[in-house]
Amino acid sequence: MFLNLPYVTVVLLTCLGIAAILFKRNLLKILLGINILESAVNLLIIAIGYREGGVAPIYTLAPSTNMVLPTPQALVLTSIVIGVATSALLLSFSIIIYRKYGTVNVNLIRELRE
Amino acid sequence: MAVDGLVLSTGYGLWSPLAWIVTFVIALIACYLLWRLGVSSYKPGTEQSAPYLSGNKADDPTALHVPGGNLYWGFIEGLKWYYDRIIPLHTGIVTDYLIWMFGVAAILLVLVMVVI
Amino acid sequence: MISDFIWANSPILLVAIPLIGAFICPLIGKVSTDVRRAWVMGIVTLTTAIAAIVVYRVYTEGIVTYVFGAAASGMTVPMDSGGIPIRIIFTIDPMGALMEIITAVVGFSVIFYSLSADARRSGLEQYYTLFLLLIASVMGMVSTGDLFNFFVFIEISSMACAGLIAYRIERGRAVEAAIKYFIISTVAAIFLLFAIAILYGEYNALNIAMIASRMQFTPLDKVALVLIVVALLAKCGAVPMHFWTPDSYGLAPSAVTAMLVVASQASLYGLFRFVFTMYNLTFTAGMMGWTLIIIGVLSMVIGVTMAIPQKDVKRLMAFHAVSQTGYMLLGVGVGLAVLGNASLMDQFGRMAMEGGIFHIINHAMYKGLLFLTAGAIIYRVGTRDLNKLGGLGHQMKWTMVFFIIGALAIAGVPPLNGFASKLMIYESVYLFNPLLSIIAMVVSILTLASFVKVFHSIFMGPQRPEFSEVKEAPRPMLIAMGILAFVVILFGLIPVQVVSTLISPAAHALIDRAGYIAAVLGGV
Repeated sequence: MFLNLPYVTVVLLTCLGIAAILFKRNLLKILLGINILESAVNLLIIAIGYREGGVAPIYTLAPSTNMVLPTPQALVLTSIVIGVATSALLLSFSIIIYRKYGTVNVNLIRELRE
Repeated sequence: MAVDGLVLSTGYGLWSPLAWIVTFVIALIACYLLWRLGVSSYKPGTEQSAPYLSGNKADDPTALHVPGGNLYWGFIEGLKWYYDRIIPLHTGIVTDYLIWMFGVAAILLVLVMVVI
Repeated sequence: MISDFIWANSPILLVAIPLIGAFICPLIGKVSTDVRRAWVMGIVTLTTAIAAIVVYRVYTEGIVTYVFGAAASGMTVPMDSGGIPIRIIFTIDPMGALMEIITAVVGFSVIFYSLSADARRSGLEQYYTLFLLLIASVMGMVSTGDLFNFFVFIEISSMACAGLIAYRIERGRAVEAAIKYFIISTVAAIFLLFAIAILYGEYNALNIAMIASRMQFTPLDKVALVLIVVALLAKCGAVPMHFWTPDSYGLAPSAVTAMLVVASQASLYGLFRFVFTMYNLTFTAGMMGWTLIIIGVLSMVIGVTMAIPQKDVKRLMAFHAVSQTGYMLLGVGVGLAVLGNASLMDQFGRMAMEGGIFHIINHAMYKGLLFLTAGAIIYRVGTRDLNKLGGLGHQMKWTMVFFIIGALAIAGVPPLNGFASKLMIYESVYLFNPLLSIIAMVVSILTLASFVKVFHSIFMGPQRPEFSEVKEAPRPMLIAMGILAFVVILFGLIPVQVVSTLISPAAHALIDRAGYIAAVLGGV
């Protein structure tokens, strides 16, 4: 049960993120929902990469040779960096939208339709 | 698939661009010959080139251009039942777009999980 | 010596050169405008040349693999890794090579066009940085043999695209289009990452060939498949996830729009790559094939019917892009639906796939051409409203000629390239299901009707007094359009040679899963 806790958290975070991006009308809250969804995926990858009793794959003075593959950590690091860039770009877009439209309510940001 | 020279075989039919070009050139020559048969007394700039409207004075041609928005009015009017449903779907609200995306994912998930 | 180096490292140079060029561009731009122009043009020319080398290698040597950090570029599986290709690998097969040709040709002409069309704007250093970044990321997407790298490149391309769409703010409307595009892209990328996490958790590998060789199609794989398919369908703008396409294609600068089409096609390539190479026959291909067919038919019909009442020329063309994507999904979907059945595959399945793949390259060329002509008109006239345009055929004769070529090609009028690929789709799909083929033909007729409307309202009619000062588009823009128009006509006149040299190997590469796996993992 304890080992499944990360996966339970992943499911909870995913539901939270999806609820936020589907049911919130504030642009910033939607962006937060996207960030939560990203964290859920990152946590999933980290949880998948976890091995009980594994050590970091550094051979110098290693306490045991029971090492974990560092790929998931590398993936998450990359994914976090991409997430930061994404959030920065989305937030800067929302700043311009707020300046030009005077609102962050997605129901009102609909000059382009039909 | 059979590939010989310039004939694209689609398994069911054939398409040869060369034959098409030959036909096109022949048609062009025929058009030119027909055009040559016409009278050569046409003079631009005289009343010959003015629009003729049963002897009435024709309107200014710039006012007669049908703007793009009015073209296919009948088509859209005839399919009004369809357009009345389909155009409002493009709401412009980003949440709706995301709901469509998640909806398609849900339907596909059910299909893949249940059917296969 | 140097030529050997370039030859051996060409797959990575294909991504590295535009990437380095992109980030040096702002520095170079400080020197002078002309130096920056020369730099951008040089980088894109070099990329095109490298792409030619890679494509030549693929067609002479077969599937080209390039391993990062290995002693020899062919050493895909390190000796001490237990048979797992742990390194990052580029795997370029004929399908990827085809996409590289598209990216190189469109990228070259579009940059050439943009150097003239956008010369009067500000912030061009960042603009060209993003533009080169977009080319680099699309090249990466179609070259990579690694799931996670695909995710990284698709995110880079989303970011570059979003920045370019928002480049002209247009009182906030372009930013609105960009944020809608980017939110959908980000959610799609998260879907993709989720699928990658699932697949990695199951198979301990990120290499596409490795996962393909171990694929068992467990319930988790099904979830991953659905996530991948939905994410990439949303990225390529298929109905009912097409809503971002008209917004972003309509508001982006025209040169960017032509490149956005290519970026969407690269997502489509990813979809085909994953479905055919990774999953292939481990699942009932019929069902996924029918899904692609239904989504394709919906895209065709809804795309073209939504295009007809549009009043903004670029928005109208964007809806046509949705509609044309439907043809590709239809063709390849039919191929997928009969994938397990060898006799049906020989009878029409292969031909349908070839038609769909041929349509990808044709679409990139003529749609790029059409968007460039629309851009030339907006550049000279300053309006994109079809109600206000008219009579431009008197002044912009060459633009009109290029528009006619593009419009006839998209409507599938012989002898242009759209006809050849559509004919292949019609006839093969007719054997599969006549109704689908008839729908495809009706959509083609509606496409022609819609472009007749555009042609009439832009070029026909008497000269308008308010447009009496309008001149022909500048020569570099005409040359860029000319390159694409030349390809459109050329592919229309020699479809047989194109199909047999480019398209057939690409379709075969998609079907031949064992060959792809063997190229990476060694003979299985």
